[in-house]
Amino acid sequence: MTPAIGDVVTAVLVLSAALMCLAAGVGLLRFPDVLSRLHAATKPQIFGLIAVTLDVAVNNFTLGTVTLSVAIVAFQALTAPMAAHLIARVAHDTDRFRPELLVVDELGRANRRGDRGD
Amino acid sequence: MSARAERRAALLNQLPLWLGLVLLWMLLWGSFSWLNLVTGALLASLVSIVFYLPAVQLSGRLDPARTVVFLLRLLGDIVRASVQVAWLALKPLRTTAGPQSAIIAVPLRTRSDLILTWTAVATSIVPGSIVIDTDRVSSTLYLHVLGVRTHAQIDLFRASVLATERRIVGAFGSREDLERLALGDAVAAVAAATGAVAADARAASTRDDDSDRRNLDDTGKET
Amino acid sequence: MGIVVIVAAVLFGAGGLCAVYRIVRGPSVLDRVIASDVLVATVICALGAEMAINRHVDTLPVLLVLALFAVLGSLAVGRFLGGKEHS
Repeated sequence: MTPAIGDVVTAVLVLSAALMCLAAGVGLLRFPDVLSRLHAATKPQIFGLIAVTLDVAVNNFTLGTVTLSVAIVAFQALTAPMAAHLIARVAHDTDRFRPELLVVDELGRANRRGDRGD
Repeated sequence: MSARAERRAALLNQLPLWLGLVLLWMLLWGSFSWLNLVTGALLASLVSIVFYLPAVQLSGRLDPARTVVFLLRLLGDIVRASVQVAWLALKPLRTTAGPQSAIIAVPLRTRSDLILTWTAVATSIVPGSIVIDTDRVSSTLYLHVLGVRTHAQIDLFRASVLATERRIVGAFGSREDLERLALGDAVAAVAAATGAVAADARAASTRDDDSDRRNLDDTGKET
Repeated sequence: MGIVVIVAAVLFGAGGLCAVYRIVRGPSVLDRVIASDVLVATVICALGAEMAINRHVDTLPVLLVLALFAVLGSLAVGRFLGGKEHS
């Protein structure tokens, strides 16, 4: 009985991870500008990664596996926003975005006003 | 405070981070043995001496229960964000007419780098937002938000970021930050009661705060 | 289980192909960098899925290294292109 349940759990987690990766790819194609594509690039995979490593950690429940899984997820969750932030700032500073897609651009306004602190 | 006591306080402040490095080393090896502990301690010391960075001011306060709440909420937000962005990418009908994202400024109430960083990371992971830029002096986050069309939605989103900040401050913020939040609530209540005039006053008072902050940075020790 | 493997492989493959398409076509450098990040993340997830299905943990260190160093590409490009200096 137990292995069957384990298989079902594995199937669900792996499939949801795969779906998230597909969504990231499709988002890359369908979102209109760099800033929107960044959203597709950073978020779905974190969930996919959590699902997959959770499954690995549960199936092989040893201290080494669990700690390594935690480390993997933590690093991905910390580095993905960092990369996104770098790219987003470069995109905004070098005007590689489409202002007509924005409701407001308060960063551009602050930069023009020149009241940025740094 | 003598120079010696000061140095000891600084070392004490760095201790949690140093312990974190050792823990990370043992995580990477995947085993908790004495050899790993010793080599980890040596490497952590080496790294913190060779790659010296300005010390992060830890708040010295940790509320375990609220930290757990914050982390669980963060996990839930990650899942929600992933599903939401995935749905935006995969949904069959294409609705790209008109603007559907925004870059907004969120002035945080904290004046701590640690809380600013945590809030930035946490909001980068929660639904539909990416940090584009931060302004350390005024603790302002500039976020790109996906899937907003109206100013009402933008205000809603700004409130959710401030709620994240509140959770983080509640979990491991300093007492000054807690007091600042309470003060901000009082000001906000007055602003709600008296309308736009008070909002202007609040903007002015944050600007005063900024200059205070700059003074503090100059003297350095007071924070 | 066999069906699950096939479906997952197709989904991963399609996601990866989308990323490759964006790398090839991407109008700007930034699009390409983002797409290559997505490609790495897809590879990470696929490796993890393979581990989960075949019940082993051999590639876990590989995952860790990828998760650690995937960021370097964006970092380098971001630094190289540089932004305006806010002064």
